[in-house]
Amino acid sequence: MTLARACSVVINGVEGLVVDIEAYLSQGLPGMAIVGLPDTAVGEARDRVRAAVQNSELSWPAERRITVGLSPASVHKRGASLDLGIALSILSAHSQVPEMTKTIVVGELALDGQVRPVRGVLVAALCAYRRGYDTLIVPQSQVHEAQLVPELKVVGVKTLSDAVAFLRGEEIDSDAPISIEYSDEAIPDLRDVRGQTNARHALEVAAAGGHHLAFLGSPGVGKTMLAQRLPGLLPKLTDDQAVEVTAIYSAAGALGAGQGLIRTPPFQAPHHTTTKAALIGGGSNAVRVGMVTMANHGVLCLDEAAEFERSVLDALRQPLESGVVTIARSGFQTILPARFQLVLASNPCPCGKFIGTGAQCSCSSQVRRRYFSRLSGPLLDRIDLRVTLERPSLAELDPSSGELEGTQTVAERVTQARERAARRYRDEPWNINSQVPGPMLRRRYPVSDSARDLLANDSLEISARGADRILRVAWTIADLRGHDIPNETDVAVALRYRDGNGSWQAS
Amino acid sequence: MHRTNSELGRIGEDIAAAYLQDLDYEILDRNWRFKRVELDIVARKDSTLVFCEVKTRRSNSHGIPSEAITPAKLQNIRTAALHWLTNNESKHQGIRFDALSVIYCDGFPATISHIMGIEL
Repeated sequence: MTLARACSVVINGVEGLVVDIEAYLSQGLPGMAIVGLPDTAVGEARDRVRAAVQNSELSWPAERRITVGLSPASVHKRGASLDLGIALSILSAHSQVPEMTKTIVVGELALDGQVRPVRGVLVAALCAYRRGYDTLIVPQSQVHEAQLVPELKVVGVKTLSDAVAFLRGEEIDSDAPISIEYSDEAIPDLRDVRGQTNARHALEVAAAGGHHLAFLGSPGVGKTMLAQRLPGLLPKLTDDQAVEVTAIYSAAGALGAGQGLIRTPPFQAPHHTTTKAALIGGGSNAVRVGMVTMANHGVLCLDEAAEFERSVLDALRQPLESGVVTIARSGFQTILPARFQLVLASNPCPCGKFIGTGAQCSCSSQVRRRYFSRLSGPLLDRIDLRVTLERPSLAELDPSSGELEGTQTVAERVTQARERAARRYRDEPWNINSQVPGPMLRRRYPVSDSARDLLANDSLEISARGADRILRVAWTIADLRGHDIPNETDVAVALRYRDGNGSWQAS
Repeated sequence: MHRTNSELGRIGEDIAAAYLQDLDYEILDRNWRFKRVELDIVARKDSTLVFCEVKTRRSNSHGIPSEAITPAKLQNIRTAALHWLTNNESKHQGIRFDALSVIYCDGFPATISHIMGIEL
């Protein structure tokens, strides 16, 4: 036989695409050509595959002209994960292995024939399952990742020879796969944060209602510490969310060896020099996921938010509104999930001391204004909870000043509040307060008259969207306190969080 | 016994020419040069004119010799063939380009692999 086929998967964004690899051996000047929009890494498979075959005591069809076609031909292929499939299709065309049926092959080849791990094995497994393939050949070290899809027969191979032996129906001696670690990532405990009663409460409200949150404060008062503790307060991911998040990590190549399903809400804290492409996702031929997608179902924390490029921050507006990132390129469009909870932490000014009276601040008013204006109005308007952090007093910092509430205690309250909200919204597509659309909120869930008056009489000149946001927070506060509908106090507290104790110019 | 590469190439071309004659090819020219390009063997069989490129190696360890024929090299051969056709009278009905790989090591029988029609 001179023509044979193998199947593999390429990753685009968080989706997999099955690629047919056809190998054709013909008469003609010896050589090998790969057609079907390969990138440099795929093109270099030519050399890797040949070396791997020859070093695996298999015979290379050296006197034949080899044409490898990758289809669909119009899609750019990138990365080295097609190596193993290319090798097996050539060997199959050369009648050294039987034809493969309903089998997907992923793996990068080393020159000595070893099969190296690739990114996106879980995505490939999900893709194989959905497309009706029943066998998946993957690098041995990534078997556990593929096995998260239980309906598939997963074969781990250490070398090209293993893969050949499997296809010939021989036994392969595979080590037992690395045992899956279900150990939760250690999330720091809320008990470590001393003082900051306001901010702790805001964090609790954010966790209970899924609200976006902003911290403003001098350096060293605990903005980052608080933000890091948010994932611990959120409920564990559901099965569907866990698969989605783990697949995203797999596509990004961020899944550690032996790591099982991710159950803890992810926490991403990009550095303030991060580019737009790294944050949102991008790439010219095949889209790589950005940090907003990595933070899907979790927390995106922008520390030193005012130090980010303004354009980078404004790029967050679309995902904040719609929960997805749409990346359009000349040839295709990719939609990436990006439903995350945003936590901004910022200094009030370059020197960081413009808090309270601001007496110690050495920045001119112009410098202060320019610094803070990076956080644009439209971005800040989407943030429901704004908290100014004061320096904790010496008494608060004293470890003997009594035990503070730990993550577990607060998380239990959060769970109860979320259950209360979920009961209220049981017939609706949303289940937390931050997801309720504005018109529904006002029509179906009215607050008490006195509470509404408080909102109407306020001198803050709140926009319609602003009022909706205050009401959502008020509902969350009511849920946390066990009130059936928000009363005056709940709305007052929500108002104060909107206002950020007066330190936030933009509103 | 050590030989230089050019000596080895010469031996390979002799072997290739003898092989072609055995197959009833009529050798018209050998090592025909034009400026910087060269035709190793020009032969004719059954009214087809064949331009042959011969590659000789001591072993197969670097792949089979014809693999060393790059697209640029092939282009040179085409150019040379064109010049040969303008400078020579030949009765033929078609032309073809062939590659001949010769593995030659002293004391062992030479092996030849003949790829017909390399113009892709």
